[in-house]
Amino acid sequence: MVKITGIAFDPWEELSSFQTAMKREGEYGACANFVGTMRDMNEGDVVNGMFLEHYPGMTEKHLEKIVQAAKEQWDILETLVIHRVGELLPNDPIVLVAVWSAHRKDAFEASRFIMEDLKSKAPFWKKESLESTGQTAEKNRWVEKNTSGY
Amino acid sequence: MTQANDQMYEEAMQIKVLYFASLKELFGRSEEQLSAEGVSTVDDVWKLVSKGYDVSHQVLYSINQEYAQADALVKAGDEVAFFPPVTGG
Repeated sequence: MVKITGIAFDPWEELSSFQTAMKREGEYGACANFVGTMRDMNEGDVVNGMFLEHYPGMTEKHLEKIVQAAKEQWDILETLVIHRVGELLPNDPIVLVAVWSAHRKDAFEASRFIMEDLKSKAPFWKKESLESTGQTAEKNRWVEKNTSGY
Repeated sequence: MTQANDQMYEEAMQIKVLYFASLKELFGRSEEQLSAEGVSTVDDVWKLVSKGYDVSHQVLYSINQEYAQADALVKAGDEVAFFPPVTGG
């Protein structure tokens, strides 16, 4: 399942309720998950908040495509991808990627693949609100690029 | 041809162009309609809409919500988008 949400979400509650609802007890032997959370510091600046923009339509389609590609490459039972958009505060969860499989290799590798592809290709853009320092007033700054996680 | 038909015909000859993030701010708009006449590739559209602007970063192209190379062809009715490198996750 792929979900884009403008409302704060609790990844642990989402994981728990999705796992219960998917009804695959006995089939899965592994669940690998990644939770990305907003920090209050970036490139030496204090970050007070963040706006996450996306491309409604293309973002969902692209995430579905990533999940499909992972399903073709690994033996996966279920996937859950949730991504936040809109106004965020430090410590807010940004993204959850979870993969269920029979064995850990598929869950580990597929979740990594989905996460790295999401970071490098899914159409989302972050704009940070930086705290004012002695010299500068509060300002907004687009994050320019994601670095590779590999 | 009636006026309604004229309008439908004109709309059918248009390309919908979307901008996101810093490009949307630079251009001061999030979308516009362009005539498909005389436009062949997505890069032709980009050259047309970015004329006179100083775009210092890499720009990614999509056609109908799929990533596209600069030489990909566009036609009337397509949805084209331009945006900076993505920074989600």
